[in-house]
Parts: sequence; structure tokens; C-alpha cells
Amino acid sequence: MAPTTPQEPGLSAVPSYEEEQSQARFDALIDQDSRVEPRDWMPEKYRKTLSRQISQHAHSEIIGMQPEANWITRAPSLKRKSILMAKVQDEAGHGLYLYSAAETLGTTRDEYNEQLLSGKAKYSSIFNYPARTWADMGAIGWLVDGAAIANQVPLCRASYGPYGRAMVRVCKEESFHQRQGFEILLSLSRGTEAQKKMAQDAINRFYEPSLMMFGPPDDQSPNSQQSMAWKIKRFSNDELRQRFVGMIAEQVKVLGLTLPDPQLHFDEEKKQWIHKDLNWDEFMAVIKGNGPANAQRLERRREAHREGAWVREAAAAYAAKQARSEVA
Amino acid sequence: MKHEELDEALDSFGDALASATRVTPGNALRPEDIAVDGVKPSEEVARYALTLGDDALILAQRMSHWISRAPELEEDVALGNIALDILGHARSFLTYAGLAWDKTEDELAYWREEEEFTSLWIVEQPNGHFGVTIIRQLIVSIFQNLLYKQLAQSKDETLAAISAKAVKEVDYHRDHAIQWTIRLGMGTEESASKMRHALEILWPYVDEMFRDEEVHQDLAGIAVLPSTLRGAWDEEITAVLADAGLEIPATGQAMAYGRRGEHSEHLGYLLAEMQVLARKHPGASW
Repeated sequence: MAPTTPQEPGLSAVPSYEEEQSQARFDALIDQDSRVEPRDWMPEKYRKTLSRQISQHAHSEIIGMQPEANWITRAPSLKRKSILMAKVQDEAGHGLYLYSAAETLGTTRDEYNEQLLSGKAKYSSIFNYPARTWADMGAIGWLVDGAAIANQVPLCRASYGPYGRAMVRVCKEESFHQRQGFEILLSLSRGTEAQKKMAQDAINRFYEPSLMMFGPPDDQSPNSQQSMAWKIKRFSNDELRQRFVGMIAEQVKVLGLTLPDPQLHFDEEKKQWIHKDLNWDEFMAVIKGNGPANAQRLERRREAHREGAWVREAAAAYAAKQARSEVA
Repeated sequence: MKHEELDEALDSFGDALASATRVTPGNALRPEDIAVDGVKPSEEVARYALTLGDDALILAQRMSHWISRAPELEEDVALGNIALDILGHARSFLTYAGLAWDKTEDELAYWREEEEFTSLWIVEQPNGHFGVTIIRQLIVSIFQNLLYKQLAQSKDETLAAISAKAVKEVDYHRDHAIQWTIRLGMGTEESASKMRHALEILWPYVDEMFRDEEVHQDLAGIAVLPSTLRGAWDEEITAVLADAGLEIPATGQAMAYGRRGEHSEHLGYLLAEMQVLARKHPGASW
């Protein structure tokens, strides 16, 4: 950032006594594993990092509704339809409370929404893959929500209070989501040949993208260090990926299906899971907007926003009229 | 695999019950309970229950399309909730009706042909813009609220129990529709104009709701004669429209006979979408 007082170059870079005190209080909160609350002083970079992370998380919930909403009207039983509807509706709810948490950092929901619609803000890349079959409802629940949970459980202890508290609620519901996904796959895996094939195909397509949800390997993820020092993030990308792949390697056996990774095994000497090389070029291409469904996902959001404009305007106009008549 | 092993595997997901409350409300009558404990209805009661189930199913299918498309996130949640409630009513009524014919809710929903559906035309009308959906909800939820209130007193205990639960939810749907009708009717010139248009395109399907059909005969004390609800419905909707600065439009009434299996052109597409996957895999369970 440019110095604000050009006549005194460099002076603004020297923190004042008050700033030093504030920084010390902030550092103490982090050291003691206490929570930073919206009214507390916080370094500008901490605020920005959280603002970006929480809003991206909220956007992911909202965009993440689309692949599953794609199957609500075609769900193959009324019970499955009902569970899927509850799930997608939960995601809208998660989006709402994450936006609320993000708003405590001084940016409004409208501004965050604008960042999403303009394409400036990112969201979880996994949702830029299409949900082609019903089995994808299973794979998304089991693998995508599963990876999300592995990521999010430690976030319940994130140093920023509103984020941590929102995550406690999100995580509870996510574990229901993961379970319903697993149950879909379990039913398919015990079903007809066509159903088994559908389930295996969905796992094949979502396995690698779900492993990449944890982000690049630690040695290529420079921002992670700072987030861990601030106790926003508690475990590294690779640690979380390890935990997740170990979990699904066991669970897939219950399904009687396989992960599309013949070399996946636990290395007793290194005490870690060895999995296939992940296609990070594809990952970067999807982030840059070139995934199969990026254009479709954003356009759906823009369309809902555009088509709903007259409704929001009318609601605002009505509220203003009500306020006036109450004054009068 | 043994049952315990499976339970153990599923337990590894931890506390998985958080949001399931919305799917299986603790003390409410669930379709699963009706299937297990339900008393088999007579042919006449089953045919009546089927009409209620079909109305709810088709409306839920329409409403569910809004999830991820609403004007604001709060409405994604609200419309999703409403769709979920209505689907719950459909599942209960269909499960109960099916007991008479040894058919499950899914057999009735996925394996009947268009002409076997007994739903009203109003519920199969397309969502249109948000205002059209709200007016459709206004028309139907006021009707269902009056209907279920009376049906909760039915001599048929299962119909009474399903309705007693449904009426609490429909009361909220009605309130939601009323609030939005007023907001949009009194909002901007554009929103008022859209609401007038919505009333015009949906009003032709109002009379059908109140026509007594063969299916309602011989069920005194069990079914509610739709014609008996008309007075209260007229009174209520007229009052809401007045509050919203809107009026009952001067439209004709369509020759609509959904209860007899004669539908508008819209139902075929709705069913094609709803049934496609289930029908691709006959005999499969999900």
C-alpha cells in the first residue's frame, strides 16, 4: 500500500505506540488460543485473509447447490427427493450464516455477491464439474462433503470467533450430508449391474477432484504458513489430504467398489498414504474458469439475480413505504 | 455384510443426525409409519387420498424447481422448506392410498401414466416468474388450509392425522404467500403489474378446485366436499387482494377436469422429467 503522507516518506511504515499495543493484544489472543471478535483490533492482512476465505466459503455453498439441484426434480424415489431437497436447502442456510460471519469484517453481503457475480471472487473448484448421473449425488455427498468436513472440522477452532461458531453449525449438518451420500452409493452398490456401474463411474470422476479440494501440496502453498500462524488454519493441506484419503480408502471397502488409484497404499515406513499424482494443471485450469461448468454455474447465479431484481426492488419499496407510514 | 458392521461403518461419520430433523420430524406421522402401522383404507377412501396426494406431489415438484433460483437466498430457503413440507404431505397421502392396492408411494408417483393422475390443473401450472409462483401459492395454500383444517376432524383417523400435521405447515405457506402478495402488490408499479398478470393467467383454474366430483361422493364425515370451502376461500382471498391493492380478475374459467385424469398440456412434461430415471431402471431400489 502507498504511504499516505508523501512528505514524510517511510514514516507511516513505523507503527505508533497505540498500534504496537493493539498488535500485542492481538498476538496474545492468538497465543492463548482465545478468539478474536469483530470489535477487536486485528491486522489488516488478517481481516483481508478471513474476508476472502469466509466469503469464498459462502460462495461455494451457494454455487454448490447447483449440481445437486440438478437432480431434485429427477430423484428416483420420493424419499431420496425429500432428503436431497433438505440437503440443498441446508446449503443455502450455510451460505447465509457464512455471509453473516463475513459481514462482521466490514464488507456487506451485497458487495460479496457482486464479487461472485463479476467473476472476481473464487469458489470451490469442484462445483465446476457437472453432476451427470444420480450416482453423482452419492459421490458428491461422500467425497466432496467428506473432503469439506475434513477441511472444516478444524475450522471450528479458527481464531476468528464468528467463523469458528458458524463452522460448528455447518459441520453438524455436513456430516448428515456425507452420510446420505454414502447411503446413496451403498444402495447403488447393492443394486442392479447398471446401478453399480453408475456408482463406480461417479467415484471415478470425483475421486481426484475431491483430493485436490485441500489445495496444492504444502511446498507450493505459500499462504498456508501465515494462516496457520494466525490459527485460522490448524493443519496443512497435505495433512488434511492424508487424513481424508485414509478415511475413504477404508469406507470404499464397505461399498464393495474401488477408488481409481491402483497405487494407493499406506507406506508403513513413511507413515503416510501414497496416492497417484494429482493433475494440478487441470486444477489450475478449472480455477481460471475453464472447467466444464464454470460458465454455466456463474450464469445461473447471474440469472437468478437478474430475474429476481424486480422482486427485491419491490420488497425494498414496500418496506420504505411501511417505514414512512409508521413515522406519519 | 452384517447389520452391525454396516452400522459401525456408518457410525464412522459421527453425529449424522443434525439436519435429518427436517426429514423426519420426531413426533410427526411419517409415511414410513403409515406404511407399517396404517389401516388399509377402503377403495373409496384410497381414491380420495390419492387426489390429495397427487395435488401435493405435483405442487411439490413445481416448487422444488425454485431451489437455487430464487430472487434472494432467504427465498431459496423458504421455497425449499415449503416444497419439502408439501412433498411430505404427498408421501403420506400416497402411502396411505397405496395400502388399498398394495402399491408404494413410489409405485404411485413413478409408474402411473398421465391420465391416472388426479391432480388439479392449478398445481401443474408452470412456475413462471416469482409473482406467478406466489399467486399460485396464495390460491392453493388458502384452499389447502381450509381443507386440512376440516379434514383434521375426519372420521378416517389416518386422513385426520395427516391433515392435522399438514395444516400447521400449510398455515405457514399461506402466511408466506400473503406477505409476498401484499409486498409485491404494493411494491413498485412493475411488481403490481406483474401480480395483476399472474392473477389473470391463474384465475381460470380456480373453479375446478371447488367442484364436487364422483370421488367425493359417499364419503360423508370422511371427505370434505370442496364446494363447501368456496365461501370462506372467496372471503379470505378477496381480503388479501384488497390489502395488496389487487383485484379478482375478470377471466373465464377453464374446462379443467384433473380429478378425472384430463390434464393441461403441462403435466406431461412435468411427469416425463420426474419419472425418467426411475423408469430407466425398472425394479431397482434406490
